Amino acid sequence: MHHGTSSGGTPDGARRSLRSTLLSWPVIRQYTQGDPLGRGAAAVSAHTKACTARTTTADRVVQSVCPYCAVGCGQRVFVKDEKVIQIEGDPDSPVSRGRLCPKGSASEQLVNSPGRQTAMLYRRPYGTEWESLDLETATDMLVEKILDTRERTWQEHDDQGNRVRRTLGIAGLGGATLDNEENYLIKKLFTAMGAIQIENQARI
Amino acid sequence: MQDLQNSDCIVIQGSNMAECHPVGFQWVMQAKARGATIIHVDPRFTRTTAVADMHVPLRAGSDIAFLGGIVNYILSNEKYFRDYVLAYTNAATMLREDFRDVDEVDGVFSGYDPETGTYDTSTWNYQGMPAQESAASGEESRSERAAGHEMGGHGASLEHGRVRRDETLTDPRCVFQVLKRHYARYTPEMVQEACGVPPEQFLKVCEAVTANSGRDRTTAWVYSVGWTHHSVGVQYIRGAAIIQLLLGNIGRPGGGIMALRGHASIQGSTDIPTLFNLLPGYLPMPKVGEHGDLRHYLATISSPDQKGFWTEADSYTVSLLKSFWGDAATADNDYCFDYLPRLTGDHGTYQTVMDMLEDTVEGYFLLGQNPAVGSAHGKMQRLAMAHLKWLVIKDLNMIESASFWKDSPEIDTGELVTKDIGTEVFFFPAASHVEKDGTFTQTQRMLQWHHKAVEPPGDCRSDLHFFFQLGRKLRERLARSTLDRDRPLLDLTWDYPVDDKGEPSADAILREINGFHLSGEKAGQPMSSFTEMKADGSTSGGCWIYTGVYADGVNQSARRKPGREQSWVAPEWGWAWPANRRTLYNRASADPDGKPWSERKAYVWWDEPAGRWTGHDVPDFPVDTAPSYRPPQGTGGPKGLAGDDPFIMQGDGKGWLYAPTGLLDGPLPAHYEPHESPVDNPFYRQQANPTRQVFRRKDNLSNPSAPEAHWEVFPFVFTTYRLTEHHTAGGMSRWLPYLSELQPEFFCEVSPELAAERGLQHGGWATVVTARTAIEARVLVTDRMVPLRVGGKTVHQIGLPYHWGVGGNALVTGDSANDLFGVTLDPNVHIQESKVASCDIRSGRRPTGPALLEYVKDYHRRAGITIYTGNDQRTPMPGVRLTRPEQDGAEGETGPRQGDPS
Repeated sequence: MHHGTSSGGTPDGARRSLRSTLLSWPVIRQYTQGDPLGRGAAAVSAHTKACTARTTTADRVVQSVCPYCAVGCGQRVFVKDEKVIQIEGDPDSPVSRGRLCPKGSASEQLVNSPGRQTAMLYRRPYGTEWESLDLETATDMLVEKILDTRERTWQEHDDQGNRVRRTLGIAGLGGATLDNEENYLIKKLFTAMGAIQIENQARI
Repeated sequence: MQDLQNSDCIVIQGSNMAECHPVGFQWVMQAKARGATIIHVDPRFTRTTAVADMHVPLRAGSDIAFLGGIVNYILSNEKYFRDYVLAYTNAATMLREDFRDVDEVDGVFSGYDPETGTYDTSTWNYQGMPAQESAASGEESRSERAAGHEMGGHGASLEHGRVRRDETLTDPRCVFQVLKRHYARYTPEMVQEACGVPPEQFLKVCEAVTANSGRDRTTAWVYSVGWTHHSVGVQYIRGAAIIQLLLGNIGRPGGGIMALRGHASIQGSTDIPTLFNLLPGYLPMPKVGEHGDLRHYLATISSPDQKGFWTEADSYTVSLLKSFWGDAATADNDYCFDYLPRLTGDHGTYQTVMDMLEDTVEGYFLLGQNPAVGSAHGKMQRLAMAHLKWLVIKDLNMIESASFWKDSPEIDTGELVTKDIGTEVFFFPAASHVEKDGTFTQTQRMLQWHHKAVEPPGDCRSDLHFFFQLGRKLRERLARSTLDRDRPLLDLTWDYPVDDKGEPSADAILREINGFHLSGEKAGQPMSSFTEMKADGSTSGGCWIYTGVYADGVNQSARRKPGREQSWVAPEWGWAWPANRRTLYNRASADPDGKPWSERKAYVWWDEPAGRWTGHDVPDFPVDTAPSYRPPQGTGGPKGLAGDDPFIMQGDGKGWLYAPTGLLDGPLPAHYEPHESPVDNPFYRQQANPTRQVFRRKDNLSNPSAPEAHWEVFPFVFTTYRLTEHHTAGGMSRWLPYLSELQPEFFCEVSPELAAERGLQHGGWATVVTARTAIEARVLVTDRMVPLRVGGKTVHQIGLPYHWGVGGNALVTGDSANDLFGVTLDPNVHIQESKVASCDIRSGRRPTGPALLEYVKDYHRRAGITIYTGNDQRTPMPGVRLTRPEQDGAEGETGPRQGDPS
C-alpha cells in the first residue's frame, strides 16, 4: 500500500502536541479521513498545502486561442510582470470547455522557450555563418532587393501581347498559422506589387 | 464541432482525430456516451480506434472503392432517404445524352484527351445547359488555376437554374439512374479486392450507417488530410458527399461532413487566401485570355440566370477592389480591375519550386512555414532554395528551411556546398499568438479574436507589423515614380492606425475586411451583412463572406459569452461565416413543407404565423421565403430559389450527387490507384487518375507501379501521419522541451509479419527507400499494423510520422518522411499525393555522404526507372510499347512537362 508522502516535513512539529502529531501521521490520516488507499487528502504534505498555483499570482489573465491545430481551443494567458507565466484552457469556450492537448498545454514554452530565436539574423551570399543585423537596416535592404528583383523580372505583357502586369520573380509560402488580418495585408501588398506566387499550407 | 455530440453514428475516415484533434474529439466521446456508434476506417490502429466500436483497416489509397461500396449498398437496398433525395438533391435532374461513364469508355469518362491528359467536360453537363468551357484548352486552363479551390464558398457556376427533372427517378438519363449504373460494380467483393476489407466487416459498416440515418437519426463523416493528400483527393470527399446526400445527412444536426483542418487559421488563409489562384471570398484571380476586363471577369464567374447568392459576385468584386484601391477605384476605370496581375497557368507552390530550379524566381518569403520538412520531396525544396538570390524567413524558431545552406542533408551528400550557395538569407523573428491581436478562423469557419497579452521580445514582430512597414517603405521609395507599374502600390489604401511601436491596428484591418458604406446616410458605418454590398462603388469590403464580423459596429469575433450560458449551438461565442451560421445549408434540416424532419432532429424550421424561418441557428436561407414559394420561370439570383432549394450557393439550389461542372477529373468518383501502387486497379484498365498532374523530371522520379515492370522493387505501401505531441514540420514543437521529450525520435510502424519478412528488429534501425531517397528510422514492431489481402496478394503497410528534419537547431532532429515523396498532384486543387506511395524497407541504417546517392541510384537501375516511369497519365494498352523521345534514363535531361504528348 502506498503511504503517501511526508517528505515536505513539518517545521513547526516540535511545538505540536503529541496528539496532533500522531493524528497527522499519514497512515492515521489515511484511515481517519476517508482515504484508505492513501491517494487523496492523506497524501498531501504541509508543503504541498502551502503551495499556490502560479496562475493565482498573475497580474492579469488574457483570453486567447490555441495556435496549433484548427479546433480553436480557448486559452487563458496568465501574465505577471509583463511576462507570460502560464497558459491554460479556457473553461468558457463552448468548443474546448477548458481542455487543451499536450501541444496547447505546452504553449507557454512556445512563447518562453530558451531556444526561441529573438534576434534578427543575416546570412550574406556565400557566407558560412549567421551575422547580426539590426531590424531597420534589414528591412531597408529587403526593400531594395524586392524593387531590384521586381524591376528585373517585371512582365508588362505576355508573349501574345496580353497585359499581365506582374513579376514571377517573387514568391511566398505561409499563412495558415497567421492571423486573418496578416493574410489580408500579405495578399493586398503582394497583389499590388504584381507578385502572384503567394501560397500557404492550404495547398499542401 | 460541438454538433458531433448530436450524431447517432460517426465515421472517422482519413483522420486520427483522437491524436490529431484531441480536444475536438471530446464531442465524439460525448456522442458515444449518448449511445452513438463510432467507426474508424484507417490503415492503422490508433487511439481513435481504441475507443471506436469498430475498426476497419483498409489499404491506404482505396477509400473511393470503400465509399463507392457504401453508395452501392444504399442504392441496391433502397436505403436512401427518398423524400430528402427527391426534394433537395439533383437526383431527378436529366443529363445530356452524350455523357459516357467510365465503364463505357475503358476506364475514363467521356471527353478525355490522352494527348493533354485533360477532359473536355461539356458532355457531363445537365440537359439544356450550353457548354461553358467546352474546348479542351479551357479545361486545361482551369486545371492550371486549380479551379477546384474556387468552390470553397460556393458551387460551380451554371448557365441557368432551369433544369429538366424526372420526378419518378426512373429515366435512364436522370442522375439517380446514372449513379446506380456507375456504382453497380462497387460490390462487397470488389471492396474486398481493392481495400482488403472482408465483406462481413464492410456490411457491418453499411448497416450501422444506414440504420443511423433518416428522419429521426443522423450520421456524420469526419476526415482530415488522410483524404486530401491524394492524386484523387477531391473525389474522396465527393464520395462522402454522395453518401451523406443520399442518406439525408447534410444541413442537419449530427450530420454533415466534418473537415478537420490542421492549422490554427488554415481555414482563414483559404477564405482570405494567400493562394495564387484566389482573391478573398473565393473570387478567382483573373487569368489572361479569360478575364480581360471587369465585365468579362464577372461574366465567367457566375451567370445572372443561375439561382442563389453567387449571382451577386459583382457586388463582392467591386467592394473588394474598393477596399484595395479606395478613391482611385472608380466606375470609369473598372474599379482598378486592371491593377490585378494576371495568371497564365499554374503558379502553385510546387510549380514555383520548379521555377526556382530554373532560376526564374529570385526572392522567396517563408512565413511560419518549413517546406524543407513539411512539403513533399524535401530534397527538391532544399535544392530549389539554393537557387534563390534572397530568402526571407519569418518564424519563431531557427527552422531547417532557414539553415539549409549550412546543415541540410544535401550538404552531407555533397549536392550542396555552403560556400557555393549565393542565397542571401534574412531571418526575421516572429511574434507569437499571445504577442499580437488578431483573428484565427478555426475549422468550422468560426473567427475567434485573440488578445495581445505581452509585447514580443527582442526583434520579434508580428507579420502585420512586418508587412505594414514593408509596404510603407516600398511606397515611400516609389513615391516619385511615374511608372505605370507602380500605380497599384501607390494607389493602395495603406493608412492603418499604428501604436507607439509601429504596430498597425488589427482591429482597423478587420473593419476593412468586414467592409463599410462609402456614401449615403450610412457612410462610414460597417456593413452588417454581405447583402448590403453594392456593385456601384458605394460599398467597400475586403472579403464578402466575412461581412458581418463587425455587425452593428461590434467586433463579433471577440464575443466570449461562456458556453454554459448558451445553447449547445453557442451563437454568441466568436462569429462564423457566413452571417454567423454554424451549420451550412440548414434549411435542409426541415422537410419540404418547412417542418422539422423529426422532433429529435429539429434545427431550423418555418414559423408559419410569423412568416419566417427560425430555429436554433441563423437560417441559411432567405428568411422570408416560404417553403411553398416557387419563383416565376427564369428568375435568377436569390429570388430564383424555390422554397425547397436549400443549397443556396448552388446554381440549381440542389445538393449535387453528380457534379455537372466544376470538377476536372470526373462528375462522379471512380476508384483509381495511387500514383505509386503495388496493386493493379481491380475496377478499370486505367490504373491511376488519368488527369493527375505529373512532372516528368530527372529530379522527380517515380517508382514503377503495377502492372508496370519492376514494381516489386518497391513492394510495400507507406503512409504518413502526425503525433499528438508534434505539429506538422515541427517548427512549433521540436523546439519545446516538453514536446521534444515526449516524442524525441523518428520511427516507423511495421507489422510483426513485415518485421519477420525483412528482418527488422524492434527498437533497431530500418531504411525506407523510394526513387527519391532513402531515410532511416527506429523500428516499432506492432500488431497495430496488419497486413491485408488485396488482389490476391499480401500488402504490407508502413506508418511514418513526418515531424522531424535534419539540420537547424531543434531539440530533436531526424530524417524527414516527406523526403520520400515525389511531386504528383490532384488536378483540381494541385495538392500533392503524400498520404500514400510505394517503398522498400531494409534492416539497418542508411548510407551517409555520397554513398547515399549511389544507394538510391542502385534502386533506379534495378527498377529500370526513367522520367517516364509511372508517369503515363493514360495507362497504356497491355503489350503496347510507347515510343519515347531519344533520351531515356534517370540521368538524362528534364523530360517534357505535364500535358505534353507521352
